[in-house]
Amino acid sequence: MGTAKTVEAGQAAGQSERDVVLRLRGVGTVYGSKVIHENIDLDVYRGEVLALVGGSGSGKSTLLREMIMLQLPSSGSISLFGTELVGIRDAEAQSLRQRFGVLFQQGALFSGLTVLENVGVPLQEHTRLDEDTIRELAMMKIVQAGLGPEAAQLYPSELSGGMIKRAALARAMALDPEVLFLDEPTSGLDPVSAGAFDELVLRLKDLMGLTVLMVTHDLDSLWGAADRVAVLGDRTLQGIDTMEALSRSTQPRIREYFEGPRARNAQERTWKEK
Amino acid sequence: MPELNESGTGAAARVALENDQTLACSGAWTVRGIAALPRRIGAAHVPGAAAVAIDGRAITTMDTAGAWRVNRLHQRLEAAGKQVRLQAFRKEHAALIELVADTRREIPAVSPRRKLEAFYTRGVGIFDDMVSFLAFTGETVVSFFRMIWSPRRIRWKVIINEMFEAGYKAMPIVGLLSFLMGVVIAYQGAVQLQLYGASIYVADLLGYSMLRELGPLLTAILVSGRTGSAYTAQIGTMQVTEEVSALRTIGIPPMYILVLPKVIALIIVLPLLSVFADIMAIIGGMVMANLQLGIGFNAFLNRIGEAIDLTTFMIGIGKAPVFAAIIAIVGCYQGFKVRGSAESVGRHTTISVVQAIFLVIVTDALFSILFSMLGI
Repeated sequence: MGTAKTVEAGQAAGQSERDVVLRLRGVGTVYGSKVIHENIDLDVYRGEVLALVGGSGSGKSTLLREMIMLQLPSSGSISLFGTELVGIRDAEAQSLRQRFGVLFQQGALFSGLTVLENVGVPLQEHTRLDEDTIRELAMMKIVQAGLGPEAAQLYPSELSGGMIKRAALARAMALDPEVLFLDEPTSGLDPVSAGAFDELVLRLKDLMGLTVLMVTHDLDSLWGAADRVAVLGDRTLQGIDTMEALSRSTQPRIREYFEGPRARNAQERTWKEK
Repeated sequence: MPELNESGTGAAARVALENDQTLACSGAWTVRGIAALPRRIGAAHVPGAAAVAIDGRAITTMDTAGAWRVNRLHQRLEAAGKQVRLQAFRKEHAALIELVADTRREIPAVSPRRKLEAFYTRGVGIFDDMVSFLAFTGETVVSFFRMIWSPRRIRWKVIINEMFEAGYKAMPIVGLLSFLMGVVIAYQGAVQLQLYGASIYVADLLGYSMLRELGPLLTAILVSGRTGSAYTAQIGTMQVTEEVSALRTIGIPPMYILVLPKVIALIIVLPLLSVFADIMAIIGGMVMANLQLGIGFNAFLNRIGEAIDLTTFMIGIGKAPVFAAIIAIVGCYQGFKVRGSAESVGRHTTISVVQAIFLVIVTDALFSILFSMLGI
């Protein structure tokens, strides 16, 4: 992990200006009279792992849904790969959708299809490859996501929680996206599986130059996997920085989030590992 | 950002033969790009050479799909007995090819044996299904008597609620359809009976067919579509969300709170609905007889009273509780068979309606045979 980070830093220093993949400016969301977000500015750089955190109900998932074009913000602008998402034309949205992958919290695997067929769906929809090629590529993705070959012919209802996440990751990775959105990737996993899943994401990210944006509650993931962490609270971004810097922050909102006993334990664990 | 556009445009992957022993790859070796490659590139393209180099210097972009294609080309050439060398690939491309080589696996085939097994399992499954349905029916009956034994367990409120849902709320549709059935039978009968000048016997026709057979049967079919399916969907969804398991761990047997109230409610309500259906059908027939044949309401009702005895009416109504038990038990049983997913709920709901209607009609036929043997 340490080496990955230094490589990252080296690359960043090499470029005079970092490549922004996703840019939010003044994003606001209002449901009826309820204000969810106000004036959120956020840049996600190419090749980084950015974690989005915040208490329950702080609108993390809503913000994520706005980034992946499932929902429109009430105000402000979101641009992905330099394309403005507000008022985007359908054809353009379709081609953008092929450049990012999404891992939903419950996996959202299609329950009537086997794992192999699930992973093949994006390939079938968006490429002109023949059936055999699609099956072989899907199989490769399944193995890359850390599943055994025997899982390929199983149906989602036959999978365990950890396997569902991996199968869903394989599907999200099917088209080799540039950006991966993960909604609580380690929720519902035991600590060992969660750690292994984080490692898997990092390894794939290094190999394929992915940009990863994840919404998470998992403090171990924050310390272990995230390059930067954005804290959402009180309808807006409270801060965005590396985990070390945030843990020293004096901002009350940030301190309250990172100061529980669980947060301290996670921090100690990471320091011991280093 | 020039490189960003690249994957958006349809840049294709290309491969060309250079100096007899080098395959020069160029273009975008991506999941979209590789579709442009010839289906089978292999040894046939480099017939002379014993050693082949795959050159990757002109590849602009590569993803895992492209790397997979390079790897497959490599394997195919090697399988043809050639020495293969990868040359001048960029570092990141070489890393991808390595990743792909590490993670390529055969797709586990669904073996013919497994297909045969599936066939066998299906056959055995039908048998198992029948056995477990009988077991479920038995369990329901046993639980019913246990509940009667300790009446504290009877959930009156749930039963009343189910009666309201399955009975009262079904009245408009049952009423309307039986009224129309009455109209249709009276009309069809009237046309025939008029020929013989036996118009008044339309009351006999209507009374016998509706009261003895069609009234209860029609009601049962409607209720299995309306209520049986709802039972399956409700219990099935609870099964998916683990509510059924929660009930069990809290110590409330699902039998007592989910199944028995439904069965009891439907057994009470279906005969009542059938009586209502009978009444509506007679009204429908009466109206039609009046319009078509000019038979007055009084004459019609008098004739019905003479033609239909209590036995005929009771035979019809007596079947209703049996139909009710079938519908409720099948609906609940299919609900408990739901496993895992939303799709499963849908499938079992369909099965539940089809099975319930099937069993209701079969039972009706059995009743007919029984009654004719008894000479009623």
